[in-house]
Amino acid sequence: MNWQVWLPLLVVLSSLLPGLIIFVLPENRVGLRTVLNISGAIAKLFLVGWMLWGVAEGHHFEARLALLPDIELVLRADPLALLFVTLSAVLWLLTTMYAIGYLEGSPHRSRFFGFFSLCVTAATGVALSGNLLTFLVFYELLTLTTYPLVVHRGTEMARQAGQTYLIYTLAGGALLLLGTVWLYTLTGTLEFTEHGFLHELDTAHHPSLIIIFILLIAGMGVKAALVPLHGWLPKAMIAPAPVSALLHAVAVVKAGAFGIVRVVYDVYGVEFAQMLNLLTPLAIAASVTIIWGSLRALFQDDLKKRLAYSTVSQVSYIALGVALFGPIGTIGGLVHLVHQGIMKITLFFCAGNYAEKLGIHRISQMNGTGRRMPLTTIAFSVAALGMMGAPLTAGAVSKAWLMDGATAANMPWVVWVLWASSLLNAAYFLPILWRSWFLSQPYAWPNDHPPIRQWHEAPWLLLLPPLVTGTAILVADVFATFEMSPLAWAQLITDREYFRGVP
Amino acid sequence: MTDVWMGVPWAVILIVLPLAAAMTAFVWPRISQLLVLGCSLVIVLAVTGLALQLWYHGVFHHALGGWGAPLGIELYADGLSLVLLAATGLVGAGVSVYASAYFSVEEKRRFWPIWLFLLAALNALFLSADLFNLYVTLELMGLAAVALTALPGSRDALAGAARYLFVSLLGSLAYLLGVALLYHAFGSLDIAVLAERLRPVPAAWVALGLMSAGLLLKTALFPLHFWLPPAHSSAPSPVSAVLSALVIKASLYILLRLWIMLFGPFAGDGVAAFLGLLGVAAILWGSVQALRQTRLKLLVAYSTVAQIGYLFLAFPLATVASWNATMVLLLSHALAKSAMFLAAGNFLNFGGHDRIADLDHIVQRLPLSAFAFALAGVSLMGLPPSGGFIGKWLLLEAALVQGRWDLAAVMLFGGLLTAAYVFKVLGKSFTQADVACTYQPKEIPARMQWVALILACGAILLGFGGTPLLPLLEIGVPFDGSGP
Repeated sequence: MNWQVWLPLLVVLSSLLPGLIIFVLPENRVGLRTVLNISGAIAKLFLVGWMLWGVAEGHHFEARLALLPDIELVLRADPLALLFVTLSAVLWLLTTMYAIGYLEGSPHRSRFFGFFSLCVTAATGVALSGNLLTFLVFYELLTLTTYPLVVHRGTEMARQAGQTYLIYTLAGGALLLLGTVWLYTLTGTLEFTEHGFLHELDTAHHPSLIIIFILLIAGMGVKAALVPLHGWLPKAMIAPAPVSALLHAVAVVKAGAFGIVRVVYDVYGVEFAQMLNLLTPLAIAASVTIIWGSLRALFQDDLKKRLAYSTVSQVSYIALGVALFGPIGTIGGLVHLVHQGIMKITLFFCAGNYAEKLGIHRISQMNGTGRRMPLTTIAFSVAALGMMGAPLTAGAVSKAWLMDGATAANMPWVVWVLWASSLLNAAYFLPILWRSWFLSQPYAWPNDHPPIRQWHEAPWLLLLPPLVTGTAILVADVFATFEMSPLAWAQLITDREYFRGVP
Repeated sequence: MTDVWMGVPWAVILIVLPLAAAMTAFVWPRISQLLVLGCSLVIVLAVTGLALQLWYHGVFHHALGGWGAPLGIELYADGLSLVLLAATGLVGAGVSVYASAYFSVEEKRRFWPIWLFLLAALNALFLSADLFNLYVTLELMGLAAVALTALPGSRDALAGAARYLFVSLLGSLAYLLGVALLYHAFGSLDIAVLAERLRPVPAAWVALGLMSAGLLLKTALFPLHFWLPPAHSSAPSPVSAVLSALVIKASLYILLRLWIMLFGPFAGDGVAAFLGLLGVAAILWGSVQALRQTRLKLLVAYSTVAQIGYLFLAFPLATVASWNATMVLLLSHALAKSAMFLAAGNFLNFGGHDRIADLDHIVQRLPLSAFAFALAGVSLMGLPPSGGFIGKWLLLEAALVQGRWDLAAVMLFGGLLTAAYVFKVLGKSFTQADVACTYQPKEIPARMQWVALILACGAILLGFGGTPLLPLLEIGVPFDGSGP
């Protein structure tokens, strides 16, 4: 064993071990728990950074453990894995900080942070999975570890949301299992391979492969909230704000979208999937989701619910980009995996701040928040503009590449879908911005906490994360052409998929 | 060092030691607890030793006192026996520790000798290879199990034990009749000899029917499961754990042995398909019933009814892979279900009731037990990583290779139903119950919580043990159809 074997394992362990220790900590050991949380997150970030450097240097990171005589658990750091794992490592650190501030003084924190760490462990495992079985293992683990977070509040509504979440995700997991086993009986291997591992299969199997594709995408689609499998996501917004951030940006929804990317690129191979005519239906499903999610978002007055429907819509940009046959669309989809993450997490952080400090849960209550909480509202505005695809924000980069990809793939209707979506995004975000910046404050906020000392509007633990991610949204656009930007990584991955690995 | 391990007759120890300990515990109750704990430890060691012997030397034969098969008692062990012995050793050790804290001094005086006796009977059963010895050990095991359910001595317990005794006797009687018929018609009790002589005459069919029916009744396969939920749920919790984890597996073990070596080739696909169908019905019926229960221990008992169904899906598939899957499922069910019953026992003892609706006060104050319940549940649902997942994966694979979509669908749907009833309980961990409670709960000793958790962790860890386990299973190729 050498360090190249250990590194992927350590990345997974860096959140698993703190999580397990936190479970047994007594409720009042706040200091130790915080130290464990933060040091785990920083260690993960450091290890991921090391892997990034290593992969850029051409090292190969892989850990294997035999699960059955001919199937192994594989953790491998390829560029695509690193894209996701870096995203979740960075956002995990910020979300942990935010959660520490948000849950200060509330009950059951040991339980919360224990499952929180396990959840990120599962997401990291999903990212680093080297074959479909490993993916499945961590994907199910993600379901199990997220459930306690969704029902954390313990109210009747939380219980129902948790139930809905389980019904959707466990059923999705069952479909995924069926597809995976079926695929295994046909091929005898499940190893993720660039360009896929199915194109050499006999043409007699092609009908089966089409059904398997549908099974796998449906299984992933539940977590990625593809319409009509999205029903759990708006309900799950009942969870505390850091959990919503986790669900929407770091772990769950992303795991689904990432799974779709893996299936199309590393199981089927994009060319083979195109040959089987699987990509156009996927593009249509994604487009329907984009429009439907935006339309539903338009009619929500509950802020977090509107954001949830917005996620339904935005995450499908990733699936859409993947389904556009051609490198440009792929880059757009992959880069949106990161961009959607930082934009949506900013929005949820801000929504949490409004709820925590002013008791605001509804959009109709948001009048004048800009003057009361300027920093939060600035971050919110940047993220909202990014979601619309406004210039100078990360959203503009994703949208530009997706549109070019659609044109290149000769699918002009997709361009219309994207324009329509942008319009709808504007229609449901601009009124919020209008209210908070230009309308006057109400007589009293629903549940006002008087401002405290130097950080005028909120404790720094609640304020810093959205400001960092908000800045990142701008940086991702302005420095898009730099070597380590998300866009550059997406281009690297795409190069390997389409042009046979010239890094 | 290896020589010492290899030279010891571990199989004999597995039977003689608990038997001798049972006698000693009976006449000398004062040291019985120490004896039981030591004995459990030695049994685990002995199973390990036997596994090593099997690994290096293959199938194990031993004629007690030098007398061979027709006259004396012959011990026989292959991969199949080993799995069940391992389950007995592990669950037995766990339950011994649990019981040492669970029962009062007075109850323990009665519990320990019978418990050791049951362990001896189980080990002897898994090491027997001829029809008559199997009968004797089955009967001994049944009587010990009945005695354990009657242990609390209350009216309910006695009534339950009486019903259980009746079913148990009926089952073994049917089996014995079948054995007698076979002996009369073919003049042998040795399975291998019988396998050669068996002809499709009416006597053989009647014998097969009687023996199978008796064994199925004792295994509680749907629709012969009616006796299981009341018997398993009314027994003291450590006894419930053993009944669900081990005792019903004993009759299943005999059925598997006979089916593979004797009945299977003789009975043909129709009977196999019928058994598979009963398995499907058991999964669906047991799961739905479990979901409908309002009492925790009844829920867990119905879950056993459902899980038994999975073990019968291999009959119509009938490949080595599917039998292996069954064995993995069997082992992980033994660990998970015993953990679940022990955790349920903790809840029951702590709060004084097992009404699921009011469980939240209890569950939230026993996080270790709740965690044990959750991990055991993960294995029963067949979610990764767990022994249940490995078993389900192998079984699904076998089903899909043969194009049995119906069975695959039932397996997946059954998993979802399992999730539904497991989360019905686990959801109680996350309510806003007022945890500072109004009554004085009974203190639960730490080891009772830890035993449940360790057994549940065993079921999870089994998910990583497929690579060493499957080759062990294939020692003596129990599933290729040729006899010992």
